[in-house]
Amino acid sequence: MSTLEIKDLHVSIETEQGNKEILKGVSLVIKTGETHAIMGPNGSGKSTLASTIAGHPRYTVTSGSITLDGADVLEMSVDERARAGMFLAMQYPVEVPGVSMTNFLRTAKTAIDGVAPKLRTWTKDVKTAMEALKIDAEFASRNVNEGFSGGEKKRVEILQLELFKPKFAILDETDSGLDVDALKVVSEGVNRAQEQNEMGTLLITHYTRILRYIKPDFVHVFVDGKIAEQGGAELADRLEEEGYDRFLNVPA
Amino acid sequence: MTDTATHLTGEKARIGAPSISGFTEEGENLSPLNAAEVSSPIGGDAVKAHSHGGGAGIPDSSRAGRKTSYNVEDFPVLTGREEDFRFTPLKRMGGLHKNELTGVAPALTVEGANVSTLETVAMTDARVGSAGIPEDRISANAWKHAAEAKIVTIPANSTGEQVTLTYTGTSLEAAASHMVVIAEANSESVVVIDHVGSAVLAQNIEFDIRQGAKLTVISLQAWAEEAIHASSHLAKVGKDAHLKHIAVTYGGNLVRMTPSAHFDGEGGEVELFGLYFADAGQHLEHRLFVDHATENCKSNVLYKGALQGKDAHTVWVGDVLIRKEAKGTNSYEANRNLVLTEGARADSVPNLEIETGLIDGAGHASTTGRFDDEHLFYLMSRGIDEKTARRLVVRGFLNEIVQQIRVPEIEERLAETIERELAATDS
Ligand SMILES: Nc1ncnc2c1ncn2[C@@H]1O[C@H](COP(=O)(O)OP(=O)(O)OP(=O)(O)O)[C@@H](O)[C@H]1O
Ligand SMILES: [Mg+2]
Repeated sequence: MSTLEIKDLHVSIETEQGNKEILKGVSLVIKTGETHAIMGPNGSGKSTLASTIAGHPRYTVTSGSITLDGADVLEMSVDERARAGMFLAMQYPVEVPGVSMTNFLRTAKTAIDGVAPKLRTWTKDVKTAMEALKIDAEFASRNVNEGFSGGEKKRVEILQLELFKPKFAILDETDSGLDVDALKVVSEGVNRAQEQNEMGTLLITHYTRILRYIKPDFVHVFVDGKIAEQGGAELADRLEEEGYDRFLNVPA
Repeated sequence: MTDTATHLTGEKARIGAPSISGFTEEGENLSPLNAAEVSSPIGGDAVKAHSHGGGAGIPDSSRAGRKTSYNVEDFPVLTGREEDFRFTPLKRMGGLHKNELTGVAPALTVEGANVSTLETVAMTDARVGSAGIPEDRISANAWKHAAEAKIVTIPANSTGEQVTLTYTGTSLEAAASHMVVIAEANSESVVVIDHVGSAVLAQNIEFDIRQGAKLTVISLQAWAEEAIHASSHLAKVGKDAHLKHIAVTYGGNLVRMTPSAHFDGEGGEVELFGLYFADAGQHLEHRLFVDHATENCKSNVLYKGALQGKDAHTVWVGDVLIRKEAKGTNSYEANRNLVLTEGARADSVPNLEIETGLIDGAGHASTTGRFDDEHLFYLMSRGIDEKTARRLVVRGFLNEIVQQIRVPEIEERLAETIERELAATDS
């Protein structure tokens, strides 16, 4: 079993008006096999948390820590974090010119595993995973995310999740932009990955719909750069009914 | 691709100009019908409307009206405002466009000639000028000053010849050179023309590709840093002949290449490929011209360029002219650029003129993408280290051209060059 531990994390970004603190003391412990959902209003810092865990250079950690089984994640470069078993399915996956999906997937897999995958089984694995996610075979020869529709990009993120087999996955609004069928197909992909690899999941979402397919063990309400409340799956339903008013209206 | 750095100059681009300024995604394949629709304003009014009047009555906006002459005096003195020189920094041309070119031309060595022959002849030899006429002042100036001409002949019906001609420059005095490559009827061959060392050179290379011949030309501009090179490639493509021309440019301070292909009989086919890699301060310009003046010919153009470093500047202009008599033409041209760092600039102007509706197809495309921190972050977030990520992007991008070369030694050399260029960005 592995543990990803975030302790009193403070993060700021440089803006034209100077430094701006976005995360104001986030603490969270995720163990492999667990699913944590994070819900919260727009701009509350959910993507900031996800990107900070992945190591995006835009975010500066001013205090606090992130550790993976005790190892200091903040000391690791972006690629080292991925090789240590972390994966971020991005809210807005990036289009990379010049690199075919096939080439990209194989290079990444080789980097993560430290050895090149056996060609025959790898080709088969990719094909199977693509079929399961209903991704057309021609995507393999296209450039990474280039010209993919919003929903297609999200599927391809989950394709990578299935192929790279991380210990911890952060899914940043993977459900946004998916049609009803795609939501199901993608959720199944996440569940498969979770079963097969005992993956720990941090699922950022605005909707309870995806939580019907991917059952959260914990739900965290994220408000103004902090976790305002935690609970079980029932908290999500309550949020859907009540919205975030009671968190936002609390006098400081 | 996220950002774009294409500078498309709509004024001249006609069909080439995209409706969204600065960016084209894919070229449209004009059906014969559409082509007929657009043909009149292109061939007719546009020519007059855009005439700059800079050169006594020469309508420089249509390739059909562009001056050609063996005589340098027929071309007006260059100001840099001409259509075909507006991107070229004349101050950095080393005088190639205006001075006497009396320096020592780079020495030419030959390797791998089995059946082909190399002769040195006077510029008055009948074969000189048999395949082309200068299309700009520098080319005409080179013609005037070339002391001699080299003639490479690939005998009729021969197959498998692969000859490497290496120009090695040792002087920075402005010089001129001339070569004629004759691919005799039904021959099949590969000619590699390599440029190394230092030179300030204006050059003409004619390619006479006779009936049924298949010629692959790989021209490498691999000069040392300070070189200045204006190179005009003039090809005459005979009946059922095939030219595959690959320009590879990464060396030199300023390189301006103008490959142009003219069909001289039905059934000809031309493929023009190019790969360029510009570093800080380099100006690498490729202006090609495909002149469809006969029926049922095919042309396909693809140039790809990578740029990095402050003031790296590349220019690509693709003139494709489908004349009234060129029925049954099939033509496509594309230019793709990848900008790796800030401060580099790629100009890209596809320029397609169609004067007949009776064609099979014609299209163009131009894209410029930027490799930025977000791309890097994405790849690294999948475990790929920074160096590998950069390599992946650049190699993947250029590979489409590299694999056209099919000469293992050159492919290897290019792979090493790309590695070396990338190592420079890493630091
Ligand atoms: N470059 C920037 N300049 C100024 N503010 C920024 C910048 N980048 C992010 N922010 C701010 O940081 C805050 C947190 O953004 P973040 O993307 O983490 O929110 P989020 O919770 O993921 O929102 P959403 O639900 O809309 O995805 C926002 O208020 C955003 O405007
Ligand atoms: Mg977000």
